[in-house]
Amino acid sequence: MTTASIAGRATAVAARATDLSKIYGQGETQVVALDRVSVEFRQAEFTAIMGPSGSGKSTLMHCVAGLDTFSSGSVRIGDTELGSLKDKQLTQLRRDKIGFIFQAFNLLPTLTALENITLPMDIAGRKPDKEWLDRVIGMVGLSDRLRHRPAQLSGGQQQRVAVARALASRPEIIFGDEPTGNLDSRSGAEVLGFLRNSVREMGQTVVMVTHDPVAASYADRVVFLADGRIVDEMYKPTADNVLDFMKQFDAKGRTS
Amino acid sequence: MFRTALRNVLAHKARLLMTVLAVMLGVAFVSGTLVFADTLSNAFRNQSAKSYDDVAVAVTSYAAPDDPDEEPGLSARTIEKIAAVDGVASARGRVEGFAGVADPDGKLIGVGWSNKGSNFAPGEDGKDSAYTFTEGSGPVKDDQIALDRDSASKGEYEVGDRVRVATNGPVKEYTLSGVFTTEDGAVNAGGSLVLFDTAVAQKQYLKPGYFESATVTAAPGASDAEILDAVKPLLPEHAEARTGQALADEQADDIERGMSSLKQVLLGFAGIALFVGVFLISNTFTMLVAQRTKEIALMRAVGASRRQITRSVLAEAALVGLVASVVGFVLGVGLAAGLRSGMAAFEMKIPGGPLIIGATPVIAAIAVGVLITMLAAWLPGRRAAKIPPVAAMNSVHAAATTKSLVLRNSLGAAITSLGAGGIVAGASSGGEDGRMLIGAGAFLALVGVIVLIPLLSRPVIALVRPLLVGPFGVAGKLAGQNAVRNPRRTGATASALAIGLTLVTGLSVLGVTVGTAIDKMTTDNIKADYMVSMANGGDLDRSALTALEKADGVSAVSPQQSVYFQVGDDDFVSASAVTPGDIERVLRMDLVSGDLSTLADGQLAVAEKTARGKGWKTGDSVPVTFGDEKKQTLKVGAVYKDSEFLSPVVVSTDVVGPHETRPYIRQIFVKMDGGQSGANEQVLVDALGDNPAITIMDRQDIRNEFGGAINTLLNVMYGLLAMALIIAVLGVVNTLAMSVFERQQEIGMLRAIGLDRRRVKRMVRLEAVVISVFGAVVGVALGSFLGWAIGETFADQVPGYALVLPWDRIGIFLVLAGLVGVLAALWPARNAARLNMLNAIKAE
Repeated sequence: MTTASIAGRATAVAARATDLSKIYGQGETQVVALDRVSVEFRQAEFTAIMGPSGSGKSTLMHCVAGLDTFSSGSVRIGDTELGSLKDKQLTQLRRDKIGFIFQAFNLLPTLTALENITLPMDIAGRKPDKEWLDRVIGMVGLSDRLRHRPAQLSGGQQQRVAVARALASRPEIIFGDEPTGNLDSRSGAEVLGFLRNSVREMGQTVVMVTHDPVAASYADRVVFLADGRIVDEMYKPTADNVLDFMKQFDAKGRTS
Repeated sequence: MFRTALRNVLAHKARLLMTVLAVMLGVAFVSGTLVFADTLSNAFRNQSAKSYDDVAVAVTSYAAPDDPDEEPGLSARTIEKIAAVDGVASARGRVEGFAGVADPDGKLIGVGWSNKGSNFAPGEDGKDSAYTFTEGSGPVKDDQIALDRDSASKGEYEVGDRVRVATNGPVKEYTLSGVFTTEDGAVNAGGSLVLFDTAVAQKQYLKPGYFESATVTAAPGASDAEILDAVKPLLPEHAEARTGQALADEQADDIERGMSSLKQVLLGFAGIALFVGVFLISNTFTMLVAQRTKEIALMRAVGASRRQITRSVLAEAALVGLVASVVGFVLGVGLAAGLRSGMAAFEMKIPGGPLIIGATPVIAAIAVGVLITMLAAWLPGRRAAKIPPVAAMNSVHAAATTKSLVLRNSLGAAITSLGAGGIVAGASSGGEDGRMLIGAGAFLALVGVIVLIPLLSRPVIALVRPLLVGPFGVAGKLAGQNAVRNPRRTGATASALAIGLTLVTGLSVLGVTVGTAIDKMTTDNIKADYMVSMANGGDLDRSALTALEKADGVSAVSPQQSVYFQVGDDDFVSASAVTPGDIERVLRMDLVSGDLSTLADGQLAVAEKTARGKGWKTGDSVPVTFGDEKKQTLKVGAVYKDSEFLSPVVVSTDVVGPHETRPYIRQIFVKMDGGQSGANEQVLVDALGDNPAITIMDRQDIRNEFGGAINTLLNVMYGLLAMALIIAVLGVVNTLAMSVFERQQEIGMLRAIGLDRRRVKRMVRLEAVVISVFGAVVGVALGSFLGWAIGETFADQVPGYALVLPWDRIGIFLVLAGLVGVLAALWPARNAARLNMLNAIKAE
């Protein structure tokens, strides 16, 4: 794939939220988790969503990924509007167009690494693309661990399986929920490296929620959330930049 | 510690639901049985006390009516003498026998063995104190009878109607003089009672002027014991007098004995149900403990001793057991009440009376419930105590320890082989001892298999995995793997089903095998078109035989008349007196040697085994002493293969006729021109005078008669085992609910990456089906093995015995097990599908 074509694709939008609101409860006890958020995730871009606890960053991801319902606004994955979909269609959308990486790895202990990787395609009843699968497995360096079960793998290896699972079905977009949260820094760096490579080399779109500035520094772009609103965004972040921003943000939050 | 236990119970209400249900059902079964038995025996006791209420002394004659040297019973003079004793208010002589009443369609009212006839014995006031007339009055003429109220209403008879009644002679028509009620237990249990004029009753049941028994009532203030002493010297030989109280007590004791065996059978099944429940309870507590690992470790860390932890788990179990038992007991009382009205619906009339709830059933039921729950929670409690305090500090949830099953498996293999060895040894040695050995072996094998079941689960379920993946795809694949994830739990769940199915299958194999053998024996041996017998199983009158011999279209007819005679100085042998020439045309007789036509010459035919045992051969002469002590030498004319329908010696009725005052004809076999047909059957009915007391069976009826009992018995057994199966099903529900609960995160992930609700449900459902069918397969295998082994022990007693595996039934069991799985998964599958995905995938 040439640089030009990646740049060309980069203009297309993989997922978009417009005026997205999510409100829990009613009346006095009403909590606004997302307040008219509009954000775009462009193809072949690695986006990190950051923000303090309770800022709504996980809720935003869940809504955009079709895991949670929202109160108003709209969410599109590619050309599909999520708001009008029934559970069954949402499930199918997640199956066919979205990949997930969770903090707690969430592998099936009864399946081997390889079976875990091909699980989304098994569910869809599709044959995995052998060449692509080999490439993904090669990238995450699991070729010699495919027959192992999750219990026989280290945390880092398990999360690599999860990354491979997300990539294997070539989804339009991958969502990661604190994918390095349960990993030591070296394994975390490896996983983040794979995610970045998948964006750079395979043109994958990745959105990741994190509170770790170092993890965010692997992304192309960081979106900052506070109190259910997008407060800022940053391109080509470095760990220091992000940390500074967070500190500043924190201080602002404390004084206001 | 108790407070912790209470809190825990309250916190896990939903998860304890199945445990509570299981204990509840088991306890309900136990208490229902106890209360029902108490209620029944109380009712019968009252009944028998009431029926002897005004009887001071009862006299019974045991004289043989045929003995010419003896008085055949109590003479009218004896009764008069008894009536004259000081303190006696009245003395009534009674004769009894069979009397069948025809309804207007000519059919017998009531079941054959419960139809009685007796005499109406009025006192000076013209009343018989044993009977209270609601309409009309007692029979005092030759052609009058009275009927008990239920029978009269069943036949829709009014006073003045003509009623056809058969004793063992030909059917006669009488005029209904009255309808009565009585405290007679047999009548109140649903039997019919016909009262005749005393002279008529004496003539048909005994001998004019004689009674079988007498009931004596006392004048006010007279002592029963004194009357008894005064009556005794007045009695003939072979008669016995006892006080009414003694008889009532004896009858009550008989009832008690009958009731206690019923009670034991029911309690046995209740025990099986409770035993099955143990697995469910144990599973629940194992899970509760596993979930609470951190909490328990914390308690240990802050200073709770191991014993305190165990005790806390046991206290929790006791609490659950108590609540469940109390509810179960109430349910049991309801069950007992329902059972009583249910029996009434099946024409099994039970005398009325209050529901008896004694202290014993209350204590027993609750103790059983609490102890079973505690027993089942004991192992999980011990396991809880072994949780080290450091487990509290681990940030990661400690995975369920898959402790090595090596010890368990070796132990299980050893017990199973021992049990299987016992069963095989028992089967080959046969007889009563063999059955004992099989019983012990069966118990060991069942225990062994239960111990081994976690090991078995993996290969057996792996075997069916292709069947799951093929049609059900990824849901099937995951279900197959989930089913063996916790082998202990799967094992315990499957065990519960396996126990029930072992028993059900074992019984089915036995029942069907024996049923088939009997059926084959019947069809092979009976060549006659019809078999004629008395509805009450008694003897047929000779007039029936004469009538059948004369009937149109009858080509062969032979009685099967029971005769006992002495051979030489040896024991008595039982013989069948038959019609020579016809007998081999109505029953199969395979000749070994000699000629059956010699029967007509007054020679004997002897069954092969008996001939061998006595050393008789064709042509031998044997000295015979008949019932009237006359002697004769008879020749053995033929030896035939043993037959179930004939005694070991067969002789012509002409030979024994002169020596028998009253022939005991058990059956008459009839072969007709044109075989079985409605017209032919009608010919027989007419020939016998449309007698309601005589049953005419065609070959199919005969097969049903013998095989039917086995089917009924099997159905009763299935019914009794249903409770154990229901509890096993609860166990499957329980296990699945636990699995779904434990795998929330996984299910959430699967939902997130695109498994739709339908397939999540299917996954849970298939897991349930796999576990249930696995348990069923183990049970069916073990049950078939047991059925075979027990069958072997009496194979030589059942001619034509050959093992029959009832594949149709086994198939139904397996399909039912599958359905049970689907049913059990309804609720857990729904829960799994409705799981909140976001909560589920949240990291801990």
